[in-house]
Amino acid sequence: MSRVAVIGVGQSTFVRSYPGSIRELAFEAYSEAMKDANIQNADIDATVMCSAPEYDKQRSPAGVVAEYLGLNPQPTFYVETLCSSSSTGLKLAYSLVASGLHDVVMVLGFQIMSQLTSNESQERMGRGADIQWESPFGTMMPAYYALHAQAHMAKYGTKPEDLALIRVKSATYGVLNERAVYRKPVALEDFLDPQKMGGPVASPLRVGDCCANADGSSCVIVANEEKAKAFCKKPVWILGIGSATASVNMGGRESLTGLSVGIEAGRQAYKMAGITPKHIDVAEVHDCFTIAEMMAIENLGFAEPGGGPELVRAKETYKEGSIPVNIDGGLLSKGHPIGATGGSQIRTIVRQLRDEADNIQVKDPMFGLVHNIGGVGLYGNVTIFGRE
Amino acid sequence: MAKEEKDVRFSKFGTVSFTGVTQVNDFIDYLEQGKLMGTKCKDCGQKFFPPRAHCYKSLSKNMEWFEVTGKGKLVSFSTLRYGPTGFTEELPYTIALVDYGDYKVFGRIDPAVADPDGTLKVGMEMVAKTARTSNGQLTYVFNPA
Repeated sequence: MSRVAVIGVGQSTFVRSYPGSIRELAFEAYSEAMKDANIQNADIDATVMCSAPEYDKQRSPAGVVAEYLGLNPQPTFYVETLCSSSSTGLKLAYSLVASGLHDVVMVLGFQIMSQLTSNESQERMGRGADIQWESPFGTMMPAYYALHAQAHMAKYGTKPEDLALIRVKSATYGVLNERAVYRKPVALEDFLDPQKMGGPVASPLRVGDCCANADGSSCVIVANEEKAKAFCKKPVWILGIGSATASVNMGGRESLTGLSVGIEAGRQAYKMAGITPKHIDVAEVHDCFTIAEMMAIENLGFAEPGGGPELVRAKETYKEGSIPVNIDGGLLSKGHPIGATGGSQIRTIVRQLRDEADNIQVKDPMFGLVHNIGGVGLYGNVTIFGRE
Repeated sequence: MAKEEKDVRFSKFGTVSFTGVTQVNDFIDYLEQGKLMGTKCKDCGQKFFPPRAHCYKSLSKNMEWFEVTGKGKLVSFSTLRYGPTGFTEELPYTIALVDYGDYKVFGRIDPAVADPDGTLKVGMEMVAKTARTSNGQLTYVFNPA
């Protein structure tokens, strides 16, 4: 089986409301990735389009986006696993290349959420859960993650302040990220102000614990070893891919103190890459809520179960710490344009491994990890990247 | 020929029901009789909540109903101050997951429970009972045992 590398990455600026359509938004990430890879459309053998349904009216958007980007007659595949759509797209692209079917494949993630009101988009997200048995109770994403936060606090003594510290870190780096939605610093005291970060959403989560909806696109181009070496001076290799699913209904979950898909996908990815959590130099984890980052650092083995708060308090997840996490601002600062999120995380890690991460560059990273979750721990992908 | 009538009893479930047709529609009749029911596979004995029409272990439809009774343990809860479209008039409300050992049940805390965030504790014993939503739909709620 051929090795598979990332040879180009791009993303749009993530914004609250993009003044254009999905095809135009997709173009922004596509054009950056194409310039980054320095290739032509004729070099691309297939595309994988990724978004979550029902946020805009276009059905079967893959064809529309492929046409706009001039990527006919290449085949395209539409992939959807809610918030993890574009890392699932990466897995499909990896498989298409590793199998020898295609040499170069583009993964394009996009989402326009601003055409809906916030309540409408919460209703859509609630229906990403079990519409027969849970949505009729008025569920929404923050409330599901709040259940996890409550359970984590009860079992491990985690404090709301521990979660707030994750947002404070996120904002520290959001300030530096020109592609992020939220670029203001956040202080711990802001969580005491109900007009600011302290506003109640779903107990124990507050406004500052939640990421914002956003419009955005991302693009990742992968190639087999021969093409990667021909096209690219600094190919970043995909070393491990793990994926898992869990029960949609919360009643089917063993525990709410972690996400089983994160644990299982991580286990698979570490095994395939032949490394352990200690080898990871920089990580992007799915921090749609502060508690999601707390669970991720435990589920990925950066801390023991219940050891997350201590790692966070010690600032070990900052750029200078033992395991830098989400130092591009994460979803909490960048915003979360569902279908584009995984590709944006991958872009950050690829730039780190190329030593092209500018003001957030960690020193000489060898291995980077992307953890991308769909739904409330319904789908999970963990991907490990490495450089030569 | 007369058009066959669709069995849409499930549209009576919850403040907003998103699906009307299911093979476990008797769940609704039981709720109307004051009973919260799950299903059990007659072949392998596996209990299911929420109820299902099929057992993936036995590959069969050989199911029977059982009543959710007794006490369960509160796994977690959250009080919503912000809600999705269709639910905002009920705010605030509290959702919860309760563990009965063989199965867990997701639902809401009885709105009659005062200060749920102050009084509820993870691990405490809870009981479930059938109820009506504020708009008269069928549901069930949890109360501290």
